[in-house]
Amino acid sequence: MNETSEMLNPYFPIGMQFMVALGFVMISLLTSWFLNPKINTKNKLDVFESGIPYVGNARMQFSIKYFLVATLFVLFDVEVIFFYPWAVNFKDFAREMGINGFLKMLLFMSTLFIGFIYVIKKKALDWE
Amino acid sequence: MNNLLFLLLSSVSIISALLVIFSKNPVYSVLFLVLTFFTLAGHFAIFLGAEFLAIVNIIVYAGAIMVLFLFVIMLLNLNKESEPTTPMLSKISAIVAGGLFLLVLFAALTNQINAPEALNSKAGDIGMVKKLGQVLFTEYLLPFEISSVLFLSAMVGAVMLGKKDLKQG
Amino acid sequence: MEILLFDKIFLIVIVFAVSLVIALYSTLAERKVSAFLQDRIGPNRAGTFGLLQPVADGVKFFFKEDIIPSHADKALYILGPSISMITALMTSAVIPWGTYITFSGRQVAMQIADINIGILYVFAVVSIGVYGIMIGGWGSNNKFSLLGALRASSQMISYEIAMGLSIISIVMMTGSMSLGEIVSQQHGMDWNIFYQPVGFLIFCTCAFAECNRTPFDLPECEAELVGGYHTEYSSMKLGLYLFSEYINIFISSAIMSAMFFGGYNFPFMDQIASPNLVSIIGVFVFFAKIIFFIFFFMWVRWTIPRFRYDQLMKLGWKYLIPLALANIVITGTVMLIKYQFFN
Repeated sequence: MNETSEMLNPYFPIGMQFMVALGFVMISLLTSWFLNPKINTKNKLDVFESGIPYVGNARMQFSIKYFLVATLFVLFDVEVIFFYPWAVNFKDFAREMGINGFLKMLLFMSTLFIGFIYVIKKKALDWE
Repeated sequence: MNNLLFLLLSSVSIISALLVIFSKNPVYSVLFLVLTFFTLAGHFAIFLGAEFLAIVNIIVYAGAIMVLFLFVIMLLNLNKESEPTTPMLSKISAIVAGGLFLLVLFAALTNQINAPEALNSKAGDIGMVKKLGQVLFTEYLLPFEISSVLFLSAMVGAVMLGKKDLKQG
Repeated sequence: MEILLFDKIFLIVIVFAVSLVIALYSTLAERKVSAFLQDRIGPNRAGTFGLLQPVADGVKFFFKEDIIPSHADKALYILGPSISMITALMTSAVIPWGTYITFSGRQVAMQIADINIGILYVFAVVSIGVYGIMIGGWGSNNKFSLLGALRASSQMISYEIAMGLSIISIVMMTGSMSLGEIVSQQHGMDWNIFYQPVGFLIFCTCAFAECNRTPFDLPECEAELVGGYHTEYSSMKLGLYLFSEYINIFISSAIMSAMFFGGYNFPFMDQIASPNLVSIIGVFVFFAKIIFFIFFFMWVRWTIPRFRYDQLMKLGWKYLIPLALANIVITGTVMLIKYQFFN
């Protein structure tokens, strides 16, 4: 790869932007670290629990609901990603293949929708 | 310049992959795995011209699956006293299994080291989304539609597992 | 080549400065808007109309004591707000701020990186933003923070799906995922909002949820969770969290105006002869749209009460996702009819 095409790589500016963002965060954190006072007492560094002495720590188990939502999110997210290559081509598909190009996606979408109905019917997303 | 970038990216990905294994705290492992995915996405986007694969790698792996991992790790009780100790037998069997897998990997990859040639051809910008969509909806239509059934079964499985625990609790 | 690199660095610095200044003054605007809506005066001590108030607030963040609780995981505690801020600042790379400016014989694009997958890039950055809140909340080792972080992350991932689906109809119409291409296709008054009002409604709702703004600000509702995921934070780390929220509002407003309201396009732009003048007016038009949406964010905050958590999840999963799917099917059908019978 020669020098010009390297520069034209559109991901290069994104890398630069990342460097600038990282630099901004680091500089602001370091500056405040040097500027602010540090008077540490035991009570000040304790966990905040509305002013009463704290019990245990926050490494506790929580409802499986959150886990279920995250699992379903992964599945739906992957399906949503699959829509994009189709959507970009949809204009051409509509011209060349007519209804066929649309039906191909409707088939995929219908299985997604069946899964969605199943999830709703099973009350997997009810929080009551 | 390009070689330097490649060296930088690959060394970061290898080091972070190693840190995934060597971190004591599972949350750190997950975060290093996210970093590994980022560097891999960088490889895909910059050196292989596979933008869609790179961005999907970030959205699906780093942004969705790793969030799920983080949820699971947080769901577990991570207090020091409740941490289970691994029995000796499972440690030994893990070492044996890992060694065998390494052997298989070596055997499979020694014949495939002609990577630069494959890289230079870039396989007709298949990584571009538009091209990918055309191929996916003509040549690979059947696997694509079948994959939706796979998602459906995964959904059913997740709901079954989640609901079972709810009834017990 | 060096010139190109220099252009990009210059543009990045300008975009950074502008987004920081707008975010800084959004804090003042928010207080002024809330004062206006509640028939109060709002901050008016620092400078005329309180114009120096954000500067004073910013300086205060630097000089306040930075407390790291003794039970917190130090590395994660620092990492959380940093990730939030970096992800907030990264999205601006793909937004087209204007067309081209012809400057001493060469064209300078007013977009940092016009990548083919601009929309997916935004989507990816948003999905990484979840980590900032989750890591910060878990790293604080505080029960309020943990609950706030959990709520925030489940809320964000739930609305991400509807957001991804609502963009698809735009991609179908445009045939491209590059934001530059999407904006340039809405030339003049041909804005996407006239074709995709439902898509905009879904996207706007999701943008509110992703920014954790009222009516979706459950992660930090004071009555039950103190400060939510940033309960334990102080000084500049808290500043980064709060600041990243305002930058997110700015960026979401920019993306909404670019995708649905024509970005830098304005009516009768073909009547102006000088292309440079058109692009300069375009930049101002774009910023006017952005400022309107920032105002809209604040307007909603002080008008609509907060949802309950089950209502929030119900809205995201049971209403927005089917609505977005229906929107895709309708868009597809209409386009199919258009291309089959009217072409």
